[in-house]
Amino acid sequence: MKYLPLVWAALWRRRPRTLFTMASIAVAFLLYALLTGVIAAFNAGVEVAGADRLVTTGRYSLTQVLPQGHLQQVRGLESVHSVAGQSWFGGYYQSERNFFPQFPTEIEPYLAMYPEIVLPEAEKQAMLSTRTGALIARTLADRYGFKVGDKIPIIAGIWPLASGSNNWEFDLVGIFDTANPKDRSLYEMMLFHHEYFDEARQFGRGTVGWLVVKVKDPDQSEAVIRQIDALFANSPNETRTATEKAFNQSFVKQLGDIGAMMSSIIGAVFFTLLFLTGNTMMQSVRERIPELAVLKTLGFSDGQVLALVLAESLALCLIAALIGLGLASLLLPPVSAKIPGFSGLTLTGEAFALALGLALALALIVGLPPALRAMRLKIVDALAAH
Amino acid sequence: MTEALIQLKGVTKHYTRGKQTVEVLQKLDLTIAQGDFIALMGPSGSGKTTLLNLIGGLDTPSGGELRVGETRLDRMSAGELARWRSRHVGFVFQFYNLLPVLTAERNVELPLLLTSLSAAERMKRVQIALGVVGLGERGKHKPSELSGGQAQRVAIARALVADPTLLVCDEPTGDLDRKTADEVLHLLQVLNRDHGKTIVMVTHDPKAAEFARHTLHLDKGQLVEQAVA
Repeated sequence: MKYLPLVWAALWRRRPRTLFTMASIAVAFLLYALLTGVIAAFNAGVEVAGADRLVTTGRYSLTQVLPQGHLQQVRGLESVHSVAGQSWFGGYYQSERNFFPQFPTEIEPYLAMYPEIVLPEAEKQAMLSTRTGALIARTLADRYGFKVGDKIPIIAGIWPLASGSNNWEFDLVGIFDTANPKDRSLYEMMLFHHEYFDEARQFGRGTVGWLVVKVKDPDQSEAVIRQIDALFANSPNETRTATEKAFNQSFVKQLGDIGAMMSSIIGAVFFTLLFLTGNTMMQSVRERIPELAVLKTLGFSDGQVLALVLAESLALCLIAALIGLGLASLLLPPVSAKIPGFSGLTLTGEAFALALGLALALALIVGLPPALRAMRLKIVDALAAH
Repeated sequence: MTEALIQLKGVTKHYTRGKQTVEVLQKLDLTIAQGDFIALMGPSGSGKTTLLNLIGGLDTPSGGELRVGETRLDRMSAGELARWRSRHVGFVFQFYNLLPVLTAERNVELPLLLTSLSAAERMKRVQIALGVVGLGERGKHKPSELSGGQAQRVAIARALVADPTLLVCDEPTGDLDRKTADEVLHLLQVLNRDHGKTIVMVTHDPKAAEFARHTLHLDKGQLVEQAVA
């Protein structure tokens, strides 16, 4: 601790340079925190996928619709517990900026398959008895100020009404939450009756986007997958069935390998940072050779001089990293509140610890060469050069 | 007879520049008594600063025996020399060599960071040292806010704050005007006379040498003359 004023003063020897370097490091760690949050959000769906749930889509694409008749055939399989058809509605509330996912589905089997969705029984009953009813996630209701009893206008992006109008209207009869608050972002959606959707839409009647299938025995999932796809083999509507986890993984992969992309960005940023911070540290030590020689003259050992320079590097990197991470934890909640499906964006303890580890590694990598130079300098030569 | 503090017997120092060997000190014999104030004079390249560096433990001789007090400096490692310097030697340089980012107080405190003294004890000693050099009120000022004479006084305070036996001064007045130089030299005289510090000072200035008790002249690495002030 007694060396702290010395380290601190050396750190601020060139105030603008230190400030700019700190700002660069802080921005890098801010970016790191945001991107790791996004990666975690993308992977969250994969992590919480039910082991007993399968998803059946068109064989060639997720956009390929399936005949409703597939539902009955799958239900007829011995090893299947229940099936719900579901479609992507793709509408928005008032303006395109207010986009959130909406799914027409078969409410009763769907809710039975997703026990993690928590809905008061009265609201569930109200939903089952209201043809134009809709259920919405608590986070969305809070964001847009919806309450039970409201009429929610949704402008269709894909499916117009039979009249040609895109203005759909739903009666909000229930607001659901998730059993685990961490899963809220995964179920940030609106559900409404497939039956109403199918009757009211202009085209595509008698089809569903995909099937969610609950199996009786999760250990038999692979066999059920083969059975389902075999049912429709060589038909005009062949299917591809996968576990929900595999489906979610492939869905994420359709957007590209998010993890690899984000990791590449973070890697490039930190690689650049190595040069920037390394240059700052090298310059800082080069300018202070006579001062470091004086410290050695006064009796500071080689090891102490090495430690002083490393401590300076550590202070630079850790302070800047903490500023960046602090900014991230301030920015993440308002940012994630504006992006549907990302309401759970947070800086996890694990990501924070990893960031500190990165800052430490950065400090050592950029601090070690100048610290070794300072340690090795010969007093007589350094003073003579001065 | 006064006890000898510094003893050099057949000390040589050479540097190697590429394939060339430069003899800087040649079989030098010298004894400096405890409590003496020596001015080392001589032309450029005569080996004054090299001799000073050896006596101050900043460099090691190529040959011969160098003893300060009971300690054989020529047998010590770099780490041992660093520890020895921190306890026994105070350094004063021509250009003060204060750390510009630290206040006068913090500069003076530097040698005490290597001791086990508490922060309060360190600050007490710093105030005493600054008081001795007449700068008790300027402790919070940075070197850039001090005149050359004041900066050199801070450097002297730093040199004596750990209460060393020996003060090693390399052209301490080389960067000062006559009046300020005399004030600094007078201060060194007081430290030698009243505080018993042994001082070895390199200087080009005959007037500065007049403040010392003895003057040694070096030429081509050998002592050529000794004079008593």
